[in-house]
Amino acid sequence: MSTSTEAAAVAAPSEAPTSHRHKKPPLSEGARADRKLAFLLCAPAVIVMIAVAAYPIGYAVYLSLQKYNLAFPNAVKFVGLDNYGAVLTSAYWWQALKVTVIITVFSVLFELVIGMALAELMFRTLFGRGLIRTIALIPYGIVTVAAAYGWLYAWTPNEGYLSALFNNSAPLTSTVPSLAIIILAEVWKTTPFMALLLLSGLAQVPGDLEKAARVDGATVWQRLTRITLPLMKSAILVALLFRSADAFRIFDNIYVLTDGGNNTYSVSILGYDNLFNALNLGIGSAISILIFICVAIMAAVFIWGFGAAAPGANLTR
Amino acid sequence: MAAAATTTTRQKVGWGAGNTAAIVIVAIPLLWIVSLSFKTPAAITDPSFWPAQWTWGNYSGILTTATFVRPLLNSIGIGLIATFIAVAFASMAAYAVARLAFPGKRLLVAGALLVSIFPQISLVTPLYNIERVLKLFNTWPGLILPYVAFGLPMAVYILAAFFQQIPWQLEKAAKVDGATPWQAFTKVIAPLAAPGMVTSAILVFMFCWNEFLFAISLTSTLGARTAPAALAFFSGSSQFTTPTGPIAAAAVVITIPIIIFVSVFQRRIVSGLTSGAVKG
Repeated sequence: MSTSTEAAAVAAPSEAPTSHRHKKPPLSEGARADRKLAFLLCAPAVIVMIAVAAYPIGYAVYLSLQKYNLAFPNAVKFVGLDNYGAVLTSAYWWQALKVTVIITVFSVLFELVIGMALAELMFRTLFGRGLIRTIALIPYGIVTVAAAYGWLYAWTPNEGYLSALFNNSAPLTSTVPSLAIIILAEVWKTTPFMALLLLSGLAQVPGDLEKAARVDGATVWQRLTRITLPLMKSAILVALLFRSADAFRIFDNIYVLTDGGNNTYSVSILGYDNLFNALNLGIGSAISILIFICVAIMAAVFIWGFGAAAPGANLTR
Repeated sequence: MAAAATTTTRQKVGWGAGNTAAIVIVAIPLLWIVSLSFKTPAAITDPSFWPAQWTWGNYSGILTTATFVRPLLNSIGIGLIATFIAVAFASMAAYAVARLAFPGKRLLVAGALLVSIFPQISLVTPLYNIERVLKLFNTWPGLILPYVAFGLPMAVYILAAFFQQIPWQLEKAAKVDGATPWQAFTKVIAPLAAPGMVTSAILVFMFCWNEFLFAISLTSTLGARTAPAALAFFSGSSQFTTPTGPIAAAAVVITIPIIIFVSVFQRRIVSGLTSGAVKG
């Protein structure tokens, strides 16, 4: 494992080869010092992550292979992949997956576009930059449940201003409008997250390059697509990766707005119901693992799509 | 900036319109929550945007009880400590990922991502069991540890992506000039990395600040309960009403430290690089 990792890192194309990274069998002193430093630097992070996450993740995998319902604590037994079979043949799972994918695709798409515009604004606006940056980030700072209650009241007929604005309509009582409002709440809340990550990426685009392109007569659009966005690739990847992983696991907003009613339940709501309401630890854990697999596939696609911009994929620029 | 002299009225109007649009979109749902926090219990169900009758009742209600003030202090302490540790550990690991060749790097990068995408509803129960055994349940470290662990992956990714964009040549030049790898890190890379570190600090702090699931499951008293978890213990004016007013007021109060935190740190997110730095 370790040798193949090393080989992959070494084989990465390198425009400016550094002397201490050639694959001479005996490691040079510099390479050995690099390695030692790397292990020391990674140790604290690795130890904390393993200490906290290893056992719970292993336990969830173990539970997902058991028939284990807290209502029948004496009937625990190993059932292999039966729980997964039960979930994957259930119409509830596929409905939840459909809802989750719709919410993820639309909210991440809107957030990427609006977030990019907001990042440009936070980065370049001529006046009130500090004010804009601070205000724009507030929605992400609000406790999700409280913000969700705000939307719930706003859309409740006879109680909220938005419902009143639309003829006292009750959009949270049917599927499509409910999903639209869930996406709206999600986009309003988490676009700042996207925008902040993109802003930090924008801060890395050398200003002179932009200026030189402008002098050479490049249009705004050309500067954005040819200079800014390519140089921001890794920031965009990180933003997409973590935002879509979060969107796919959406819980609080749905829990408050519809509680999964009218076929608006996501995979996380389904998992929660099985774990904490039905107390079916086996099925609930299998749902969790399946969510995990879906998110992992999504992440792999993003990382593959971005190639060299992925963290650790390429040592040199 | 230097563009001030050449700024046209059209540009001013354009950016001004952008500013206004952003503020309005953010502010309307925000002001609605503020408005709810000033409504009397009877007027909560009144669809008018602003309260007909303003009251401080919701605020004085929550701020005079330890059930909210103590959790607020816990939140600040736990959030700051966890953010500091997570960003420190993450910068070290991200530096190694972006700059050094070592076996197991891909495993680390992939493993960190897997930790952060695992559904947390499945992690709560085993964590609860461990913390009971280790006597970490209902303590500050009992929340700080998971917050560091689940804040780390995102911080590592943000910082590794950031470190990767920092020009190699500068670090090499420092080493040629006799700097140790550690000096190259603290003197050359860290200042260039400041915007990335600030970004990750803001996001990790917000994650700790808003986290609900662990906060509610891994605490049992005011000793360690954080503000979002405290919301769940609010009661309405009667048993059958949702405590919307107090929740809205608490949401407003909880948001104020975030505003202070962001407004202090956002000015560090500026362009630290010019292409001139890479010449030669």
